[in-house]
Amino acid sequence: MDASIIEASDIEELQEAIRTQTRIQPSGAGSKTALAADGDQCTRISSARLSGIVEYAPSEYTFTALAGTPVAEIERMLSENGQYLPFDPPLAGAGATLGGTVAAGLNGPGRYRFGGLRDSLLGIQFIDGRGSLVRAGGRVVKNAAGFDLPKFMVGSLGGYGFLVELTFKVLPAPEAYSTLRARYSDVETGLAALVRLTRQPFEIYALELIVSEGLIELLVRVGGAAHTLAARKRRVGAVLGEIDLEFLAGEHESRLWAGLRDFHWLPEAHSLVKIPLTPMSVQSLETELAAHAAPRVYSVGANLAWIALPGEIDGIDAIDAMNAILVKLGLGGLVVLGEAGQGRIGARNGETFAQRIKLALDPDGKFVDI
Amino acid sequence: MDYAAFQSELHRIYPPDRLLTKAAQLAPYESDALTSFRSRPKAVVIAANQQDVIATVRLCHRSGVPFVARGSGTSLSGGSLPVESGIVIAMNRLNHILLVDPDQRIAVVEAGTVNLDISRAAAPYGLYYAPDPSSQPVCTIGGNLAFNAGGAHCLKYGMTSNHVLGIKAVLPDGEVVQLGGDSLEAVGPDLVGLFVGSEGLFGIALEVTVRLLPKPEAFKTVLAAYHSLGHAGQTVAAIVGGGLLPGAIEIMDNLAIQAAEAAVAAGYPHDAEALLIVEMDGEAASVETDFEQVMAIIRASQAYQVHIARDEADRMLIWKGRKSAFSAVGRLSPDYIVQDGVVPRGRLAGALAEIQKLGEEYDTRVANVFHAGDGNLHPLILFDGRYPDALERAEQLAGRILEMCVRYGGSITGEHGIGVEKREYLPVMFGEADLDVMQAIHAQMDPQGIANRGKMFPGL
Repeated sequence: MDASIIEASDIEELQEAIRTQTRIQPSGAGSKTALAADGDQCTRISSARLSGIVEYAPSEYTFTALAGTPVAEIERMLSENGQYLPFDPPLAGAGATLGGTVAAGLNGPGRYRFGGLRDSLLGIQFIDGRGSLVRAGGRVVKNAAGFDLPKFMVGSLGGYGFLVELTFKVLPAPEAYSTLRARYSDVETGLAALVRLTRQPFEIYALELIVSEGLIELLVRVGGAAHTLAARKRRVGAVLGEIDLEFLAGEHESRLWAGLRDFHWLPEAHSLVKIPLTPMSVQSLETELAAHAAPRVYSVGANLAWIALPGEIDGIDAIDAMNAILVKLGLGGLVVLGEAGQGRIGARNGETFAQRIKLALDPDGKFVDI
Repeated sequence: MDYAAFQSELHRIYPPDRLLTKAAQLAPYESDALTSFRSRPKAVVIAANQQDVIATVRLCHRSGVPFVARGSGTSLSGGSLPVESGIVIAMNRLNHILLVDPDQRIAVVEAGTVNLDISRAAAPYGLYYAPDPSSQPVCTIGGNLAFNAGGAHCLKYGMTSNHVLGIKAVLPDGEVVQLGGDSLEAVGPDLVGLFVGSEGLFGIALEVTVRLLPKPEAFKTVLAAYHSLGHAGQTVAAIVGGGLLPGAIEIMDNLAIQAAEAAVAAGYPHDAEALLIVEMDGEAASVETDFEQVMAIIRASQAYQVHIARDEADRMLIWKGRKSAFSAVGRLSPDYIVQDGVVPRGRLAGALAEIQKLGEEYDTRVANVFHAGDGNLHPLILFDGRYPDALERAEQLAGRILEMCVRYGGSITGEHGIGVEKREYLPVMFGEADLDVMQAIHAQMDPQGIANRGKMFPGL
């Protein structure tokens, strides 16, 4: 074990570690490689031994688990009861923990249908910079008492406290899925088709536009009771109009989406950047990216871009180049996979607001910002 | 700065017709929908635009004068109760819908915009704004945001916080911040999520970006009458447990039914001990299938009368009865308190039995209207304020109900917020360390405590 990693085995040990250390980064399974802080500058405190389900009430559609619990373990437990986490937490196949998923604030393709992590997280327990164990939110599906710190912690990147325990609401899993795939020769046409679909009143579970080496694919995932899927696919087809459609189902279909969730499409030696956007900003980002052939996925109805970046673009560090592009377009970004010590890039807003929360939760600045 | 100096500064921002100081002018602002609390502010200013609000907050900050932002004053927790030593900033004229973008499915509106007006503006594009508190024809989005308003359709669609993407706000010290943006996704801590539901303690929202949803293409609504609340509760458990996700599941008890009938004649059966309303909405094909499953469960239940909405007018009538229930109870009693506790759904029946017992113990009538699908109870405690200590007894009973909700693992508020009304009960739900952190955040946002003072935490 690396000397600079502390594996606390219970909450008291964790509190003690937080009280005695001066520069701390909470860590889970390390599946988001680029979000690890530079090891020389801080002590990593791992949640690996704070793992396990605290409470699961299938009939309430809620569960509570310790932050170090692998997402895959949770998903197994839920699927035994016909339930699931509707936001498809990414990198579950790479060992992602529940706490790491919340801190990184990451959602997969399923976010399109029922909302994201922020919409499913009901309550938290965390340890603040003073070492106090703090509870916020609740364990019931509806609650408006006190400040909504559970939402604040989504995407907080470990900079405001150490997540210990999380309560989520879950949903009944759809009986079956089916996917339509359409190919386009340019992003503009594919995007226009995507936007048309976002306006429809029928239930689409995931909606992704994949751009890779001149190949542009629109993926439309529908789900629900098996006998309703055929009609829904016809309606999707009618909106897409005169175009060849490929229909995917069964094992092949699940593998496709599992691969998207865990970024199996990411080429060797590439970094992965997350960029929140809207369909309207896709074209300007595309123009900036035209110079290089980085594969990319416009996920969640083009509210989220996942961009693969090689080490360098035209002799310039690719992350630096991406940062400049994002600043120019007024977009924010997060380097999720790649070399350690990267994290947030691009434009930011609300920094002074966030700073006030930092002073309240971590006045001594123990938790490192990334 | 003394108050006279402050007031003369106010006169520089507001013409006389938008700066109210006379007793008769101030009276309508003395309370909100929590009518048992009253407090007369020193002045009410009617802001005409965002600049007025920013200038007023900055002046209040310099002068240390408390301010309360007020939309339509529909808060049931006293969220916009004035502070005697302070002013009220009326937000209703900030009601411009700045953008409706159907391709991004967003709207950008000023904080004084009425909730239902957003859906009206989005309707030509087949879109709508989902959160639907009962007061939606009058309540403003700024108030919805401050108190994280809910509504009958929360079970499927979530609360206000699930629909707000971006906020432009003026903080208590006059700093103007932009939080969030246009996208469903974000990077960094969810600042929008924290601001929503902060009960005005972080300042005043000026502009709000909300997401719009495609209007459901079909609705199926059924009304089922029961001879006992327990049987209605069991039916809810069977529906939710069966993996169905209705747009809304509501229950009303006999007292609430009587009140609603007297007020709007919705055609509810007078003799029912419990009335269950279930609505499926969404895509036509799945609504049809899911509704069949709901009906199978209801037919197998003890329902003695079942009525399926014949058409849109019939459906609207069913909802009119339900949405009028709070105000309708005013016909049964000169005064009442609306409670807003939450219990785990599996414990609904036990909670209702306990509320009934408590009502008997206090010799007080309690009507029940609740969002059964998410365990959100709305006991209405009836009392006559003309009798001495009637209000006090009603509040004691309300407190016992809230304590029960916490004991059952629930919450003291599902959608109305803590406000003035439940601030004594926040320590029942949260421990000292939890409250310390909330207070520390409050102190960083507003060291003088001038923004909506006395809400969520005790304070004068």
